[in-house]
Parts: sequence; structure tokens; C-alpha cells
Amino acid sequence: MPVFYGTDVESPLMLGTALYPSPAIMAEAFRASGAGIATVSLRREGGAGQDFHNLIKGLNVPVLPNTAGCHSVREAVTTAQMARELFDTPWIKLEVIRDDDTLCPDVIALVEAARILSDDGFQVFPYCTEDLSVCGRLLDAGCEVLMPWGAPIGSGRGLNNPYGLRSVRAHFPDVPLVVDAGIGLPSHAAQAMELGFDAVLLNTAVAKAGDPVAMARAMALAIQAGQLAHAANPIEARDMAAPSTPVFGMAVLG
Amino acid sequence: MKITLNGEARDLAGPTVQDALVQIGLGGAKVATALNGGFLPAPSRAATQLKDGDALEVVAPMQGG
Repeated sequence: MPVFYGTDVESPLMLGTALYPSPAIMAEAFRASGAGIATVSLRREGGAGQDFHNLIKGLNVPVLPNTAGCHSVREAVTTAQMARELFDTPWIKLEVIRDDDTLCPDVIALVEAARILSDDGFQVFPYCTEDLSVCGRLLDAGCEVLMPWGAPIGSGRGLNNPYGLRSVRAHFPDVPLVVDAGIGLPSHAAQAMELGFDAVLLNTAVAKAGDPVAMARAMALAIQAGQLAHAANPIEARDMAAPSTPVFGMAVLG
Repeated sequence: MKITLNGEARDLAGPTVQDALVQIGLGGAKVATALNGGFLPAPSRAATQLKDGDALEVVAPMQGG
């Protein structure tokens, strides 16, 4: 099971809390999946925040607040500070966005915000790209977890760049790695785990499925399968067939 | 005094941030605050005076991915 900043997490599935048909279905999806972490956000208090906070506490899983929607270092840092006070955790899923069509991380601002927050005692989970230099800079800034995207948030495209993600795994063998965003199907989540990632963070694929509870369970099973497969040391792919049934001993009939 | 509260113009008596939270019904609520773009820790609210033109953000836990 993943270990983030010295904390053992009970499942490699990290599940978002947004976009569900109802709070009850969200809670049931968490129970069905056994998700190890719940991601949450901060928004202007319009009256719903207090009930939501109680609902989240009832899930009984560690909470990872995000800085979703932030477009600048200052916004992200202030949001992180408010989240730390509100949720009483040093964990922060750091998102700094530049382009609204792709929600691609602004990696320059991300590294700067990560350094400021790490120096201030935060334990930063950066939503980043699979660029090795950016990943290295984030580690230099104090991050002890990396969360490269699979594909743009909410796109459901799966792993756009398996080669890039495999490279991140190979370059940083001791750093906990999470594929964050872009997952659409359980097979995508399984693929991330087969690559040797430590966890998968997803939201839309479950919350917007026709049956979110069933999809949550499917994701959990796929992640477990991928994790087992990685540990089992899969065979290498090859171009030509290699018969599995023995050739020796075959009767001569022709 | 005239401030901007969560993006909306409001006229609140104040004079402190904590007083303003009470005046909008959030005196005991689980919220976090930012004043003019900077984090304002909860223990500082009672000692922080509002002034005309201030921008106060009051946020709460919400759904997120």
C-alpha cells in the first residue's frame, strides 16, 4: 500500500468527492471502493459547506484538499494555507493551471508554489506533467510525492503517454508516484498500476458513470489487479508467436 | 463599512473580521478566511480591523477532485 510522507494509506485508490448524483451515492461509492484518500476543495461559503464537512468526516478516510482552479502562485499558496487550517492537515494537492482548455499544469508556477509551501511545512502532492525535468525540480523543491497526469482532467482518455509515465517510474524508483487525472475506465487504472505506479487518483470516471457505486468497485478491483500484476513481473511483449503448448511429443499425422 | 465579501459589495458594521463573520451568520461556522488575497488565520480574526474597500473571502469545505 502507498506511503505518503510517512503515512500508510490503506488503498492505492484516491477518489474525488465532486460531481456525484447525490451525497449518499458519493458516500456509498467510497464504501464500495475502499478508497484510501478523499480529495476535497475550498469554495466560497454559500451555506452548504458545513454539511459537506460533516459528510467528509463520516467517510473516515484521510482528506487531501486541493488548490483546484488556482492560476497563480499566490492564489495557490493562500488556498493551501486556508485548507491547512480548515482540514487540519499539512497535505495539499497542489494544482496551478494556466490553460483552461486542457487544465494542463503551469509547471513553472507549480515548482515555485511547491517550494514556498514545502518550506512552510506543507506536504505537497503536485499535480504535474510527466516531464522528467519538471518532476526533478519538484523533488528539489521539497516534494516527496509526484502526481503526473494521465490525460486532461475529466477527459477519460486514459494514459496519453505510457512511455513518459514509465520513464518517470524508472527515473525516480523510490518516489511515491500517482497517476492523477484522465482515467476513464478501470483498464486505464490497471495500466497505471502495471507500470509500477503507487496509486491512482480519479473522480469523474466514477462520479459521472451511470452507476457510480459499481464503477467505484470496478476501479478498486482493477487497481488491485494492476498492482498484483506489476509485483508478479509480467512477461515482455514480443513480435512473433511462441507456442505455449509443447512441440516435443506431437504425433506425426500428416 | 463597505467591503467586498466573496465578490459581492456589502455594508457591514464590523469593526473586526470576527464581528463581520458573526454579522453574516458565520460566527461559529467552520470556515477559512483571506483578506485582500492573503491568508488570515482564525486566531487573528478578532484582532483584525476591516476598513473600507477591503476584500474578504470566506471559504468552506466543498467537493473536489
